[in-house]
Amino acid sequence: MCGIAGIQLRDEKLIPQLGSLMHEMVDGIVVRGPDSAGVAIYGDRELLPEEYSSVSLLDAPGDTRQRVAERLSHDADVSVENMSDTTFIRAKMPSDQLVALVREIVPEASVIGAGDDSVIYKGVGNPMDLRETYRLSDVTGWQGVLHTRLATESAVSAAGAHPYSVNGLSVVHNGSFANHATIRRDLEEKGLTFDSENDTEVASRYISYRMQQLGEDLQTAVEALSEEFDGFYTLLVTTEDSFAVVRDQYACKPAIIAEHPDWVAMASEFQAIAHLPGMEDAEIFEPGPGKVYTWKR
Amino acid sequence: METLTETTVDFDLAEQTVRELNHELHAPTATHYRVLNPRGAHSVAAGINDEIDVEIDGDVGYFCAGMHKTGKVTVNGMAGPGVAENMMSGVVHVKGHASQSAAATAHGGLLVVDGNASTRCGISLKGGDIVVKGNIGAMSAFMAQAGRIVVCGDAGEALGDSIFEARLYVRGKVASLGADCIAKEMREEHREELVQLLKDAGMDQEANDDAYVDSFTRYGSARTLYHFNSGE
Repeated sequence: MCGIAGIQLRDEKLIPQLGSLMHEMVDGIVVRGPDSAGVAIYGDRELLPEEYSSVSLLDAPGDTRQRVAERLSHDADVSVENMSDTTFIRAKMPSDQLVALVREIVPEASVIGAGDDSVIYKGVGNPMDLRETYRLSDVTGWQGVLHTRLATESAVSAAGAHPYSVNGLSVVHNGSFANHATIRRDLEEKGLTFDSENDTEVASRYISYRMQQLGEDLQTAVEALSEEFDGFYTLLVTTEDSFAVVRDQYACKPAIIAEHPDWVAMASEFQAIAHLPGMEDAEIFEPGPGKVYTWKR
Repeated sequence: METLTETTVDFDLAEQTVRELNHELHAPTATHYRVLNPRGAHSVAAGINDEIDVEIDGDVGYFCAGMHKTGKVTVNGMAGPGVAENMMSGVVHVKGHASQSAAATAHGGLLVVDGNASTRCGISLKGGDIVVKGNIGAMSAFMAQAGRIVVCGDAGEALGDSIFEARLYVRGKVASLGADCIAKEMREEHREELVQLLKDAGMDQEANDDAYVDSFTRYGSARTLYHFNSGE
């Protein structure tokens, strides 16, 4: 069991409130996952100003800050901060350059997220404490995703926490896949590499592969996942411009969507989104089995 | 029941636990209870076994009014999965939407949902009644054995798959019928049954409107899956 929740804002006036809305969402899903918590935040211009990019790491060595500072020029205005198990690095340079540099500087660390518009934190601990560590209520932006984990498929570890992020695409998952090992092998044969043993990472790399290598849009890539992945799951998939929800063919795992002119939100349980402004005017429905729902910014 | 006082007792879940609430409801000292700040709590008012009225002001999580027996539970909000699951008798009224598996395996009693009910509404129904004023989701009435389901809106895919003797009345569109579920003739006894169920759900105006009642279709079992077919 896990708890997932996310929101895409359509009204720019709500951007400063993203963090406080998400902070309260944790209350509604913490009961579903007390082990670990992760977030993906899109468009926080204080955390990630224009021309800056970020890389989030796990298992970064204690001298990461020093090593990064030595290698990057003063102009890169680099900062390194520990957020629970995540080491968050920010610098004024394109995302792909920063990722390549960081991989070279601290090869023992694993990259759990990177992008020009998105920020990933994840770690082991009580989600009620982690939301404070992540300073969630201060966050701003146009889209945010939350996950609280109760481990089933792999160990309680930061590497097993969600989201699983590749190039700004993030996946959070409630459920488990039955055939992830088979799909992982197929993807490995195509040259993809994995950072964890977790089944959700396979979904994230699968969607990313289809979008980047096959040129599919998010809706098409998630529809392909729905056909190919076997198991019981609800997924929330976000990119730097979209928000998608899919459930397995039997709709085993809970999910509810609320759509309002100013925002669209989804959660494992209604309680996580009941507080959103204007909920009384929102269209509220549970996503149908095997259907893919996508919203573009 | 003589010992119950004719008063309403407030129970604030912001200050007390669901366990304390249910402990009180299982050995009630009053006839009416009002539950405040449920905030999506699970198992609220499960296992009631007395002729009491419980009104819940807000949204509830899983299994609200589960195993309900006698008395009435009203939810002034949304209900999570499994509301009134395995209900035995009495009434449960959800004024918002209900999530999946509403009144699953209910043996008796009546569940009324003013909004929509999601997937698997009335799954394995064993004699309870359900009236949904909105739509119901996919795979509803799966293997429903006995009881009645009234849907004033539309029904999702695979309605009544492998259904036994439950009777379904749907006013709107049915996305698809499950295996062995078919549309059936609406005879007078069915019409009377439907009118009574609408009245029980507080829909007197609709129950007295012939055109409204006539717009329902009855669905039930084709009874082709009852016996193993060896193909001979």
